[in-house]
Amino acid sequence: MPSPLFWLFSLIMLIGGCAVIAFRNPVSSALSVVACFAGLAGLFVGLNAYFIGIIQILVYTGAVMVLFLFIIMLLDLKDEQKRAKSLAPLLAGVGLSIAFIIQLIGVLSKSPDKIAPALNAETLGAAAADFTKGGKIATALTDGRLPDVHLIGHTLFTQYNLPFQILGVLLLVATVGVVVLSKKTEEKKTEDRR
Amino acid sequence: MPDILQILILIVKIVALTFCVVLPLVPISVYFERRFCAVIQDRVGPNRTGIPLTLLGFKKDFHFFGLIQPVADGVKLFLKEDFTPSYVRKAFYWMAPALTVAPALITVCVIPFGSPISIFGSEQKLVIADLDIGPLFVFAISSLTVYGITLAGWSSNSKFSLIGGVRSTAQMISYEICLGLSIIPVLLYYGDLNLSKIVQNQADNGWLLLPLWKGGHLGLPDLQTALFLIPAFIAFLIFTISIFAETNRMPFDLPECETELVGGYHTEYSSMKFALFFMGEYAAMVIGSALIVTLFLGGWSVGFGMDKWINDLHIGSFQFGGLIHLMAFLVKLIVFILFFILVRWTVPRFRYDQLMKLGWVIFFEAALVNVFLAALIIAAPQLTAAIIGGGAVLLIAVTAAVIWVAMVSEAKPKIRRA
Repeated sequence: MPSPLFWLFSLIMLIGGCAVIAFRNPVSSALSVVACFAGLAGLFVGLNAYFIGIIQILVYTGAVMVLFLFIIMLLDLKDEQKRAKSLAPLLAGVGLSIAFIIQLIGVLSKSPDKIAPALNAETLGAAAADFTKGGKIATALTDGRLPDVHLIGHTLFTQYNLPFQILGVLLLVATVGVVVLSKKTEEKKTEDRR
Repeated sequence: MPDILQILILIVKIVALTFCVVLPLVPISVYFERRFCAVIQDRVGPNRTGIPLTLLGFKKDFHFFGLIQPVADGVKLFLKEDFTPSYVRKAFYWMAPALTVAPALITVCVIPFGSPISIFGSEQKLVIADLDIGPLFVFAISSLTVYGITLAGWSSNSKFSLIGGVRSTAQMISYEICLGLSIIPVLLYYGDLNLSKIVQNQADNGWLLLPLWKGGHLGLPDLQTALFLIPAFIAFLIFTISIFAETNRMPFDLPECETELVGGYHTEYSSMKFALFFMGEYAAMVIGSALIVTLFLGGWSVGFGMDKWINDLHIGSFQFGGLIHLMAFLVKLIVFILFFILVRWTVPRFRYDQLMKLGWVIFFEAALVNVFLAALIIAAPQLTAAIIGGGAVLLIAVTAAVIWVAMVSEAKPKIRRA
């Protein structure tokens, strides 16, 4: 039986998700996405994944959606509000979501119906055996707490070190690319002015 | 039954810490601001507002040094006409002030206000939610403040407001990066994200910027701790200045720059809605100071090995040491708020491009190099001398390269004249 908070946050998420497509005003839609992400963060916290929940808010709600809102406000999209609903995109949307639901049912029917073990002192204490004794993770686990940040770091840097580093380089390349692109136009402008 | 008791204790904590400790600090800091700036400008400031005993036939008023002034300000703001211009986007216009205040008050919940108090054997921590991700939680929730300001700017439907909102969005997103990067050395040092544990660690082993005791004994720090003071101080500097920018305080209050933008994002607001923006700014300042005090200056700890002794103070089964720690925390907090005020009234406002340059060109790189330096110092005891030397050379090379790139990118092309 999931806790009442699960239903609350799912409700926030679903209402947010529906509102995104229901609102005609782009700013309202963007804010609905924010509400949806906040609900998602709540669900992550409900799964004891505090770190992922907070990063969800920090990155998506606090940075990405702010930039979206920023651009929507600056462009001041008015024609979006007047556009009549046409049938083709509506049908495509419904078809796409039906395809996803069929896929989801397929995956769920194949996966074993196992209930995740409860996070109590016993299960956590048993998990502590996998880590070096006396380390931060093992101590926290034997104390009956879930050191989720330490566990994520441990997993990232022991099992997925290479993909992690490659991702880092990829992001760096993207950042440098953005700087190069923005600098180029600036130089052109100054040349034009001359 | 114990569940209901726990929820009751939680509600008491929320009410006591948020509404009886943090919210009163907002009017108090407004009062301090007015009196302190008066001192700086060689004026007297508001020192008369008190209880008007002369109205009741007494000889003299009781003025309290004007401490009632914030109440008078509040009453004035409440009684003003709440005017909504006809051209605003109503729903967003009403939502915006709430969106600025609420995040600032939510972040209160992870700040440890004092060491645990125990009554009849049951220990109560003086923190609302003892999360394992303290500083990240504060950053995440306070990053939502930007919605309030952006929406206020956009929904007011006026040029000045929009420019203020846009400025504030760009500024807050830029400085969030510096804020997050600058505390990585601190988190590396403690190896923990739980603010209560960070403060406990500082109470035992010396504050981050004042490591003069260890395990309850006074003494000079060892070599590693002493060396770590360098990255710690750089982190402190970057973090403090970024908090100034995050809270839109002078010298970075460009979103509400009066000389250019009338009032910035709150130009069209009046009465209590305006007061809410004001409150949000001050609450963010209080929380920012609380975070700085918690991370760098020992939080509630009194220091000098006295914390254990204070913890053991008790009357019967009531251990009240936590309350003394609460007082110590508030004293540090108010000193820091006074520092914020001092900066506001002494440092002139930055230009917008200077602000962005400071954030992206100086602080961002300095914070990255600082992370490297801190990691090297922390890992040094486990490494051989050759690796440490190599690391140091690499560090110097990276620093030099960063400085060179920054200088080259800032060099202006010479304007050729025909």
